[in-house]
Amino acid sequence: MSNRLALRIALFGGVALALFGVLFFRLWLLEVLNGDKYLAEANNNRTREFRVSAPRGDVLDRSGRVLVDNRTSLALQLNPRKLPQQPARRRRELAQLADLTHSSLRRVRKLMHEQQLAAPSAPVTLRRDVGHYLVYYLEENRDRFPGVEVQRVFVRRYPHGTLAAHLLGNVGEVTEEQLKELRFRGLQPGDEIGQDGVEDTYDRFLRGRPGVTRIQVDAFGQPTRNGRLVSKQPVPGHNLKLSIDSAVQEAGEAALAGRGLPGGFVTMNVNSGEVLGLGSFPTFDPSVFTKPLTQSQVNALYRDPVAAPLTNRAIAGLYPTGSTYKLITAMAALNSGVITRDTPIFDGGSLTVGGQSFQNAGGAAYGTLTLVPALQVSSDVFFYTLGLDMWDTGALQRWSHMLGIGRPTGLDLPGAAAGLLPTRSWRDRLYAAGETERPWSAGDNIQLATGQGDLQTNPLQMAVAYAAVANGGTVVTPHIGLEVDDAAGRVVREFEPKARRDVHVDAGYRAAILEGLHEAAQAPGGTSYAVFGGFPVPVAGKTGTAQRVGHADQSWYIVLAPYPNPRIVTAVTIEEGGFGAESAAPAALQILEAYFDKRSSGESGPNGGSPG
Amino acid sequence: MMMYATRTRRARPEPFALRPGIAERLGLPYMDAALGLAAVGLVAFSIFTLGQATLHDVPGSPHYFVDRQVTYAVLGLLGMYLLARLDYSRFRELRVGIYTFLCASVSLVFVFGVAARGSRRSFELPFFSFQPSELGKVLLVLALAGFVIDGARRGSARQRTVRYLCLGLAPAALVFLQPDLGTALVYVAITLAVMYVGGVRWTHFAAIGAVLAAIIAIVLVVAPAIGTPVLKGYQEQRLTSFLHPSADPADAAYQQNQAKIAIGSGEKTGRGDRATQTRLDFVPERHTDFIFAVIGERYGFVGAALVLSLYALLIWRALRIVTLSKNSYGTLVAGGIAAMLLFQVFVNVGMNLGIMPITGIPLPLLSYGGSSVLATLLAVGVLQSIHMQARLSQKGRFAW
Repeated sequence: MSNRLALRIALFGGVALALFGVLFFRLWLLEVLNGDKYLAEANNNRTREFRVSAPRGDVLDRSGRVLVDNRTSLALQLNPRKLPQQPARRRRELAQLADLTHSSLRRVRKLMHEQQLAAPSAPVTLRRDVGHYLVYYLEENRDRFPGVEVQRVFVRRYPHGTLAAHLLGNVGEVTEEQLKELRFRGLQPGDEIGQDGVEDTYDRFLRGRPGVTRIQVDAFGQPTRNGRLVSKQPVPGHNLKLSIDSAVQEAGEAALAGRGLPGGFVTMNVNSGEVLGLGSFPTFDPSVFTKPLTQSQVNALYRDPVAAPLTNRAIAGLYPTGSTYKLITAMAALNSGVITRDTPIFDGGSLTVGGQSFQNAGGAAYGTLTLVPALQVSSDVFFYTLGLDMWDTGALQRWSHMLGIGRPTGLDLPGAAAGLLPTRSWRDRLYAAGETERPWSAGDNIQLATGQGDLQTNPLQMAVAYAAVANGGTVVTPHIGLEVDDAAGRVVREFEPKARRDVHVDAGYRAAILEGLHEAAQAPGGTSYAVFGGFPVPVAGKTGTAQRVGHADQSWYIVLAPYPNPRIVTAVTIEEGGFGAESAAPAALQILEAYFDKRSSGESGPNGGSPG
Repeated sequence: MMMYATRTRRARPEPFALRPGIAERLGLPYMDAALGLAAVGLVAFSIFTLGQATLHDVPGSPHYFVDRQVTYAVLGLLGMYLLARLDYSRFRELRVGIYTFLCASVSLVFVFGVAARGSRRSFELPFFSFQPSELGKVLLVLALAGFVIDGARRGSARQRTVRYLCLGLAPAALVFLQPDLGTALVYVAITLAVMYVGGVRWTHFAAIGAVLAAIIAIVLVVAPAIGTPVLKGYQEQRLTSFLHPSADPADAAYQQNQAKIAIGSGEKTGRGDRATQTRLDFVPERHTDFIFAVIGERYGFVGAALVLSLYALLIWRALRIVTLSKNSYGTLVAGGIAAMLLFQVFVNVGMNLGIMPITGIPLPLLSYGGSSVLATLLAVGVLQSIHMQARLSQKGRFAW
């Protein structure tokens, strides 16, 4: 072999050596040096995660009766990857599905687009609660509808229909804004959360934790045989026990419905703040929110400003209270030394201040009165006088404020209104800003003393104020959530919110006021004697007839029972219900009947029990 | 010249001329054992890998690919043995016939071939489809080497260079038109290697290099720019995709990236049956062009390095045979085959490792495919023949 050839062969060998060197080096680089990185990429490649929704916990009343639970529903889902690839066939299938689900092709496409953006690999839910017939039809024609799947999903169920609708709230998909909130961290678009009521307040207990199924997929995203990898079981939500007493709740709602007028009620334990019943009329069926709303439902729920069925009047109403406010006026007057229990005041039927005449309701004149009979007959002039005496001292406002008028109560429901307590500084500020024609005057305070004028409050605030007087000075935090139980019934968490504050209530003052209210309810000549005179349980109740501009008189009744050591307070208001004794008092009576009927037929009450 | 040499040696008989043993009669002592072992080892590795990696590929017949590959391997080994026993020098005399057959067979697929994925490359035979361009690689080596030897004295050096180029590039062009870019490139590599070993001047190679660079520039840049693309879109994309990875599964760069992930994820000792990349279709063509990725993922660095070592052994033995050959024809043939193997191994493995473009060149002896396995084993058979003739001529007698 010639030297020249030998050189060429040697060069050839050198090139071969170099090329193999490159391959070996590259192999070493990939497998030995960076192997872990590529292994991680490979693992990431082959798995897809699907969330499995967890059933929400049940909502129970205080005796364990189910108010909300779940039912499974059939949902029609579409796996976009399995749809026909040809545009024409795809379009035809989607159009057929739109037809079958009473939708339109455009809406189906929009749904797909939206859900695909939110969760790219998950199936798209076209419609929930599809009927069995549709499911059978689709199953039988499987090959005509590639990509269609029927999935079981959980839907809220309300076994008692409209009962406690305003408390329970509803469940809906988490919105984009909510996802940014701290308390919804970790949720994904499409997850369901409580959107109102206790479903919202106690969402984190009710929600549960969704499970995760990890599925091994091939390069086309199709699950492989035996491809189910580790999956995390969904954890069902805890059950929420409410302080609501179904009997009281039912009675209250029935009482309001029986009047047929908008109104609200609340029944609360005066010592603990546990709400036994809280309702509003007109009401609604919470189950409508488990399906897409129809136009007529939207109109009925949202577009009717008079009925406004979604408004919870017991906590969001903004009303003057009429004479029920006299309890607060009496507290302020007694404490600020304007009167004592025995201070006589002459009621001549009217009080004229600065040329303006304030008259008793119904044109009555009761003569000289002390506090107890003034409460019994609900003398307006007596309390006008107290209002006048306190017009520039601020005592009435101070006591109203301490008892919780015009400020949040701390109730564990969204949507409560703070209301408005008219004060001198408030009106003077308005006047300075040119929003009202006059500054604070004695007339304003005279109005407030009898719960008229600019006052804006609601049954819940009034119930808290009455409870504070009745329990000796504790301004309780009203609450509906009682405890959270796990699936096995073990108590996970109890709710005993601390009292908002304590106010000093003199035992003598308390006794005088309660006595006045008791006489009003159950002594002949009392304002609600006609209603409560025959009620076997001693009670202390006050009527109210509030005048609202542009409305007929609003009926109020607030009652503490049993007298003299009340356990519960019930506040009822009925818009345009006339005199307090006319509609609100009978409604309150229905509630008390339900409460005490239950107590007498069951075990003895919480404060009784000792024999003899 | 050779004839005289052998005759003189034959005149000296060995003192104890025993009856030859069975191994000698089979010609085994004259063959290159290491070369044979490397080839058999690679084929065995291929069958082993296919057996594990393609169990679920064809529903209902888990051994579909293995059975066929075993058949091809047996046929190929048989052919290799028979070729080894033949004197390769006869191919030099048959060069015109071989060359004509080569050009005819790669042309006939245009008429009788079956279309697969947009190109006509093979004939459908009763039991397997035959791809003439694979066998053509070996035929091209045999014929071209013959032409180079034969024409060594005719014409000026420049004329000779042009003649060899034309002879080599004609079948390459036919294959390119099938279209089969990868195999055409192998033909070009073979042509250049045979010319190189045949002693074509360095200056001519420089000129060829310059022209090649100009062609590449025109094909990839100028032609698309003026609206008459030479390469199909996917070809161009494959050739350039390793420069810019992508996330589209239908994309060549995606495939290459997946192959890289597959190999990397094998780490040192491989993932065995826990392999996912090559089992779950992330890597395409796992039994053919991307079988090296399967090996990398399943058997890790250890397995892949073993395979590379076997190739290194194969090519080292081929180069050694280049130097051993008893005549220049053998030198050229062995050089062409060594280049053919080296080019295919480097391009295919490089493509799996993400450093070479995707060109659709199978990995010799490992990739599934009858034509490729058969052709490669026949090429090894030719190498064995060269080795055998060299040994026999040293020993001073013919086998039979």
